[in-house]
Amino acid sequence: MTTTSPPEQAADGRSAAETRLRHCFVLGLGGDAVQYRLFLHDLGSHLRAYLRRRLPRAQADVEDILQETLLAVHNARHTYRNDQPLTAWVHAIARYKLMDFFRAHARREALHEPFEDDGHLFVDSDVEPADARRDVGQLLEALPDRHRLPIVFVKLQGLSVAEAAQRCGISESAVKVGVHRGLKALAARMRGSS
Amino acid sequence: MKTDDLIAMLANETEPVDRRAPGRRIALALLLGLAAATVLMAAGLGLRPDLGEAIHRPMFWGRLGYAGSIGAAALWLTLRLSRPGVRIGARWVGVAAPILAGWIAMAVVLAQVSADARLPLLLGHTWRVCPVLIALLSAPSFAAMLWAVRGMAPVRPRMTGAAVGLLAGATATVAYCLHCPEMSPAFWSFWYLLGMTIPTVVGTLIGPRVFRW
Repeated sequence: MTTTSPPEQAADGRSAAETRLRHCFVLGLGGDAVQYRLFLHDLGSHLRAYLRRRLPRAQADVEDILQETLLAVHNARHTYRNDQPLTAWVHAIARYKLMDFFRAHARREALHEPFEDDGHLFVDSDVEPADARRDVGQLLEALPDRHRLPIVFVKLQGLSVAEAAQRCGISESAVKVGVHRGLKALAARMRGSS
Repeated sequence: MKTDDLIAMLANETEPVDRRAPGRRIALALLLGLAAATVLMAAGLGLRPDLGEAIHRPMFWGRLGYAGSIGAAALWLTLRLSRPGVRIGARWVGVAAPILAGWIAMAVVLAQVSADARLPLLLGHTWRVCPVLIALLSAPSFAAMLWAVRGMAPVRPRMTGAAVGLLAGATATVAYCLHCPEMSPAFWSFWYLLGMTIPTVVGTLIGPRVFRW
């Protein structure tokens, strides 16, 4: 789905999408999981369209970069300033992740150049664009227990922090730290596997 | 894992975000760095013996203001660079202005003395050690600011490294001012700046490595 919304402008000059996304995001920052999920979902659609435009020759990588960017947005959500446009904040993160991809890609291309005439052709026709090539679930499984268990209990199984703390035999704050550091570690592994 | 599953995972059981945590962390790093530099300076080098008298001279405050204003500008840049999508634009001027003011003061001082008195004024008595000591004193502040900014999301890692290095250097220089006997702008607008440049260059070099996220 790459629907592009018409550039409606609100009275204050902000686009309708900016206003809507920002509303959900700020509620999400306050701990509203439903609004936060809406935000991530909407943002995902926008980012997918953006990345598809930016990567005409690497459509198979779009979903991977999209996932990496969504995780980056989540991990950096405390750095958003209320007085700045959400679009500028998200765009800077997406650009950063895209540049990271270009750097890694250029290196990989340089390594393979003498052996392959065109590495893309095969890859592009083989993978459905909407499927991620990299399995985040597998990367998650490979994390050490102190990171993996809090994420599995709290973020995947939806246990409360207190329940997860009981299951893991650690304190509640250790569970929160585990989730936080675990998602950062996951982002680092995504970088390493690209 | 499909993107929708990832989104569900990220949104599940999400904790409210403490919006003031980044500011607290950076303030803590700044205070720790300044305290550590001051303690190191006092223990290793010693306060200047005539400090009580020196604080009555305007140049003492001019010199402290020089280091302080470079530090304030570097802190401001660091704060902006550590958040995605916040523009810097022409705000580098904030750092350039005190540096330029220092050079103007240097030119004025040097123009007022005879040609053969200029070099001794420029070199003072401590030019050999001054930049190295400032660079050494900046180490704790550097480490503390790296820790603080690594918890943020800088999208221009090289520039962020430079800003963090300059901030650490300026913090160290503020502490060093309480030890240093040199009062002439002809001395400090060059050698202090060189001392601050060392951590700035180090920051520029390691930025892309330490600020990946």
